[in-house]
Amino acid sequence: MTWFKKKPDAKRDVIKEISNIEKRFEVFRIGIALLISMVLIILVIALISDDPLGAIRELLLGPLQSLRRIGNVIELMIPLTFTGLAITMVFKTNRFNLAAEGAFYMATMVAVLVALNSPFPPVITIILGLLAGFIVGGLLGLIPALINLKFGANELVVSLMQNYIVAFFVQYLLNYVVRDPNSYAIQSYALPESVSLFRFIPGTRIHVGLILMAVVVVVAYIILYRTKWGYVLRVTGLNEKFAKYSGVKVAFVIIIAQVLGTAIAGLGGAVEMYGIYNTFKFAASPGYGWDGIIVATLAKLNPAFVPLAALFIAYIRVGADILNRSTNIPPEIVSIVQAIIILFIAAKAFMKAAKEKKIVEKSREVASEGAN
Amino acid sequence: MSNNVVLEMKNITKIYPNGVIANKDANLSVRESEIHALLGENGAGKTTLMKILFGIEHYTSGEILLNGKPIKVTSPLEAIDLGIGMVHQHFMLDERLTVTENIILGMEPKKGLSLDYKKATEMVKEVSEKYNFKVDPNKLVMDLSVGKKQKVEILKALIRGAKILILDEPTAVLTPQETSELFEQLETLKKQGHSIVFISHKLNEVKEICDRATVMRLGVYQGTYNIEDVTVKDLSRLMIGRDVVRSIEKKTQNLGDVVLKVDNLKVINDEGKIVVNDVNFAVRQGQILGIAGVEGNGQRELIDCITGLETTFVGKVSLHGLEDKQEFSVKNLRLNGMNHIPEDRLVYGVSSEASIQDNIISNRYDQADLNKGIFQDRKAITTLSNELIKQYQVKTDSKDTLVRMLSGGNMQKVVAAREMSTDMKILIADQPTRGIDVGTAAFIHDKIVELRDKGVAVLLVSADINEVMDVSDSLIVMYEGKIAAYFDSIKDLSQETLGEYMLGIKKMSEEEIRGATV
Repeated sequence: MTWFKKKPDAKRDVIKEISNIEKRFEVFRIGIALLISMVLIILVIALISDDPLGAIRELLLGPLQSLRRIGNVIELMIPLTFTGLAITMVFKTNRFNLAAEGAFYMATMVAVLVALNSPFPPVITIILGLLAGFIVGGLLGLIPALINLKFGANELVVSLMQNYIVAFFVQYLLNYVVRDPNSYAIQSYALPESVSLFRFIPGTRIHVGLILMAVVVVVAYIILYRTKWGYVLRVTGLNEKFAKYSGVKVAFVIIIAQVLGTAIAGLGGAVEMYGIYNTFKFAASPGYGWDGIIVATLAKLNPAFVPLAALFIAYIRVGADILNRSTNIPPEIVSIVQAIIILFIAAKAFMKAAKEKKIVEKSREVASEGAN
Repeated sequence: MSNNVVLEMKNITKIYPNGVIANKDANLSVRESEIHALLGENGAGKTTLMKILFGIEHYTSGEILLNGKPIKVTSPLEAIDLGIGMVHQHFMLDERLTVTENIILGMEPKKGLSLDYKKATEMVKEVSEKYNFKVDPNKLVMDLSVGKKQKVEILKALIRGAKILILDEPTAVLTPQETSELFEQLETLKKQGHSIVFISHKLNEVKEICDRATVMRLGVYQGTYNIEDVTVKDLSRLMIGRDVVRSIEKKTQNLGDVVLKVDNLKVINDEGKIVVNDVNFAVRQGQILGIAGVEGNGQRELIDCITGLETTFVGKVSLHGLEDKQEFSVKNLRLNGMNHIPEDRLVYGVSSEASIQDNIISNRYDQADLNKGIFQDRKAITTLSNELIKQYQVKTDSKDTLVRMLSGGNMQKVVAAREMSTDMKILIADQPTRGIDVGTAAFIHDKIVELRDKGVAVLLVSADINEVMDVSDSLIVMYEGKIAAYFDSIKDLSQETLGEYMLGIKKMSEEEIRGATV
């Protein structure tokens, strides 16, 4: 029953169909990247393991085998979502400020300092600690942004160097300020027992940070796609000169995005501290800031996809940990997966030829229809 | 012209990877010793067809024959070896090298390990004398006029033995005087047995100099004609698909207050060169003031100052009451009633990776009627976008289409829709119709006149003589950063006179130019 339909204008249709082809290929590309990485990891395991089938089962299904393990995945997903979101906000303006890595680490320490020194009741202490993490994160994001604005130094370089300074400063604080001399391990004094986030699923360490995380994701999404501030942020990231010409205060927008984004990483650090630990024992940064880059890339810089990407990374990490405990395969095997994913998603040329061929075919098809 | 066919392109189809069909079964056959016009509107696929011939682009299907033998051209180097030369619309010259160095680059005569500069100069002299091109081989290219630069480009092709010469819109950047000089030289080349493919959309020029014309429309071959057998009207119908009778109807001018006033404006660029030198003029409500001039004579820098993109200048600019330099941000200027169609569409005019809607609201996203509390009013924004898309005839099925999917003309309509649809006191239109089809250009011209009739002041910058002369009420000519002439009315102005001012051959006195400021 198509004869009464208005004959579509050939040119308009083509634009739509090409847009669709492009979108489909984007999804397809990520799928293929995930697939290739999984195949490769299975190959590696098959080569080095005595019991390849068992090992692969541990890796792929291990995380589902007990409530505690499922809990581990969710627990890991929380910090990864925070840092992934942080990197997403920063990268949206097309500036590659990686201060989120240092911000997360610093904020865990700041949360400890607040918890150890706060004269207030636990609830207020927790709020203060989270706020402090957020603010310290924002400040760390501000420094590379300002240096770039005033002196033109690339924020990527500045933030990378800043991460070293922050890391050593945190280690200084650990060794000389908060370290518990009565403990053999290098760790801080224990936090007051009540300064911790409520764990609401028995048998796991899943804490209310999960809810806070969900709220931050939703708020970030809304700001980015439903408010004028998000609009200027996106427009600035897509074409800075166009934004400037349109009357946007570009320098201000770029700085705000870096500060806010990095602040989210800081908040994540404080949440992680109060949610999972009762003393500070990170002798080195857990590196969740770096993981944030992977998560943000996998989520295509869309806050709505960040938790999913974080869940995926958390899942394979936990799988690899389980594998490591039951076999002799090191957990670093996960790095292979991550590297391949990033490589394929970032490589614009990957599957480009196939996409272009498809588009050319479609155009030819529509063009010949138009001629008839 | 002999009847000896030297080059044939048969059924060439080219589809770009983004799905754009640039050529569909295009044909071209060029004879020995002829000037063959390749006619078509902007976007008709002329340049693409020639890029295929020159090996820059690769065709999807078709066949190319040179002297009856099929050839495969995969790179410009191969094309040059086959005796094909191309002069691009945008010159491929190194400004800091001399004429000789530019011409012999890649085929340098050597003395031992070093360049034999003397021999190189002689080689250049020899060809330029042979074809009667007057260029000083020892001059730096940056010191040459546009017309001379073009000659250097042509010499570059000739010295490499080009028998077939492709000229991509060679007259677009030339003044009338330079154009007639070029035509004489092309005649000389023709007599010496060269074939010339002359890409153009200017019918009068084609009629004047070409032997035959191949017409293209929207990538499709329309036929090849002997110039003697067709009229300008016939050609235009073939090219555009309908008769174009264009003369802009303008009501009598109704002048109001001064909106924009520029006093003693001076701009020094990063290299310490004075690019805008003591410029004075004023634009009033209901007036279209045109700024004519060959590109690169200070127009861009001048506009950057007026639109807030450049804030380091000497002198005074006052725009509808705003004159404190500290306050001269784009935002403040726009709030004060300045709208701006920028010269460079892809860099400033649009955000090509963003949707049409996001492009349309970039100058008003913070207005109260598009926001509800802290949120964007999505309904209002959708209504606005759909309305403007309809009103400005942007060809798309959705406001969410990414701007990069649109053709140049449709992109420019998006820019026009944004910049011409808010309340304004002055519109700065910088090359508003460059590189777009005749239909869209006419549409934009009509809109500009409509705004003028409503009492908006318009500053129109264009390197296209026809455009400034058709649309403007009054006219300024810029030459080397200065105002070379001012015409209160352009009724009695001829293209030739205008050309002489654009070239710096003539210059008005201070007295005469002063008229621009009142």
